[in-house]
Amino acid sequence: MAKTLFDKIWEKHVVKNIEGGPSVFYIDKHFIHEVTSPQAFKGLEKRGMQVFRPKQIVATPDHNVPTLNQHLPIKEELSRIQVQTLKENCEKFGIEMYGLGHPFQGIVHVIGPELGVTQPGMTMVCGDSHTSTHGAFGSIAFGIGTSEVEMVMATQCLMQSKPKLMRINVEGTLNAGVVSKDIILYIIALISASGATGYFVEFAGSAIRSLSMEARMTICNMSIEMGARGGMIAPDEVTFEYMKGRLFAPKGEEWEKAVAYWRTLPTDAGASFDKEIDIKAEDIEPMITYGTNPGMGIGVTGHVPALNEIDEQEKPSFEKSLHYMGFEPGAEIKGKKVDYVFIGSCTNSRIEDLRMVASFVKGKKKADDVEVWIVPGSKQVEKQAIEEGIDKIFEEAGFQLRQPGCSACLGMNEDKIPAGKYCISTSNRNFEGRQGAGARTLLASPLTAAAAAVTGVVTDVRELI
Amino acid sequence: MSKSINIVTSTAVPLNIENIDTDQIIPARFLKATSRDGFGKNLFRDWRYENDDEAQPKADFVLNNPTYSGQILVAAKNFGCGSSREHAAWSIKDAGFDVVISSFFADIFKNNALNNFILPVTVSDAFLAQIFKAIEADAKTTLEVNLPEQFVKISTTGEQESFDINSYKKTCLINGFDDIDYLINMKAEIEAYEAAR
Ligand code: SF4
Repeated sequence: MAKTLFDKIWEKHVVKNIEGGPSVFYIDKHFIHEVTSPQAFKGLEKRGMQVFRPKQIVATPDHNVPTLNQHLPIKEELSRIQVQTLKENCEKFGIEMYGLGHPFQGIVHVIGPELGVTQPGMTMVCGDSHTSTHGAFGSIAFGIGTSEVEMVMATQCLMQSKPKLMRINVEGTLNAGVVSKDIILYIIALISASGATGYFVEFAGSAIRSLSMEARMTICNMSIEMGARGGMIAPDEVTFEYMKGRLFAPKGEEWEKAVAYWRTLPTDAGASFDKEIDIKAEDIEPMITYGTNPGMGIGVTGHVPALNEIDEQEKPSFEKSLHYMGFEPGAEIKGKKVDYVFIGSCTNSRIEDLRMVASFVKGKKKADDVEVWIVPGSKQVEKQAIEEGIDKIFEEAGFQLRQPGCSACLGMNEDKIPAGKYCISTSNRNFEGRQGAGARTLLASPLTAAAAAVTGVVTDVRELI
Repeated sequence: MSKSINIVTSTAVPLNIENIDTDQIIPARFLKATSRDGFGKNLFRDWRYENDDEAQPKADFVLNNPTYSGQILVAAKNFGCGSSREHAAWSIKDAGFDVVISSFFADIFKNNALNNFILPVTVSDAFLAQIFKAIEADAKTTLEVNLPEQFVKISTTGEQESFDINSYKKTCLINGFDDIDYLINMKAEIEAYEAAR
């Protein structure tokens, strides 16, 4: 029978099917960070248990870390304790941790792929919803809660019910100025922030196949923002090329064997999905959000929906959202004033994102009253940016290049957007207060964010390239 | 805090807002604890207080309205989307809720709720609207959430609707069993699986 990519990996990882219930599902790799792991370690200790397979866990602090002066102790006490607790737990339970200052430290979803830990055919989890990022390699990767983190630490397994499967086919060629972030923002706007709840999504089609690994990760990263359990893309030559030679990727004969297996993974012709959606790449323009969930996205030349375009039932939530954002129904988005530009997060902080921004801003300057933060996803990205001279380009443009971490993606570390201010952000969530209490977030691609940095207002990047 | 759920009959707190994400349920700045306790007081923190100040409760927010109380939270569709933070479930449980009713739940939140003995009940949009209407008409309206029989009933109107739950989870909730206990008992089979791959 014809099988999907998801089916093939799923079947290999079921330890046992329970009558009328979920399956006992085996996990190959487990990433942990400082925020969602301490209570899980505590739970293990209370049971007097050891971590079952410590070698299958990779740890790094990312959410809480400052992005300036990382060599100094963390100023904020609770953050410092959380980062310290992670370190102590990893030492106690024999888990590899890339701590602050380590050359491999970074956002957990950036370091997994760049170290070659993330591989096709694997099952991977982390106490973080954007674990879906790793699906770009053709793995089943999804976010879990802390109780589940404890289960995986204790048994390397989870109780999972098989989700429904959706395939989204993006065919054709992208327009100039349109990048992978625009594809995913377009899809979420189309099917809504809950449009894929209950599904695992495979992204396919010629436009997806033409993307680099970094760009594929951006798409899978945000599959959670349409409610999907995870996203995935079939592994191909682009995947193998990216992985070859990475630290933890298989080597020599093992590599040949692995690639031969990975080639068997893509969805068979004729395999069926519970739902399929077809999208034309040509229909997508640079996207931006105007509201307080990632489904509230429009083309940058578009306008905020007018009240008569909104369902009666949804009006209260819509009006609440616009009130928070300080926008009027029906207003144009282009030309809106921007105060901050944040280029970073596990969605868009990889070297390719920084290169894209650098090649656009080279020789340009930021607008006077805009603050621009560029936060690389990892130490390795930071190092490479410096080696390539990208840091100089940013400096000349007046952009601030900071140190790796989640930074202004969530209001947890020192990098917060002040109440009432507008921030164009390459991150993944525009929820109320996400970037700091009262902060107003507009999600966009690194290119659209860079264009706003230069003009100081929401800008159609196509007019500048 | 109850570690099992059977029949919950209680008044309910109506929160008629769609797409409530876990950043609203518990803002990120409160995730710095290393234990599971005490999150209830920060539930919906930024909707509850002006300027993050407990001395300035926002009068129009339902949790600050003494008319409404109970063990059941009723929310509009797509509840619990966004971050996987289990702190959201901990704060809901800590604030005294054992049941959340909505017409749509985000997947990770649903698992987190179940792992903390909170019953997420999915009802139809139409029935959800009836619940909101009944509570609006009379804040003393009680809801009977019957897990063994799998239905929700509105006391004042007598309307009821059945809900789905997988039989394994239902048994766990009624008997207070954790997934982790089940998995730990499977160790030998898990090791055999590893050896055979
Ligand atoms: S960058 Fe943002 S979304 Fe990604 S892991 Fe960090 S906080 Fe979560």
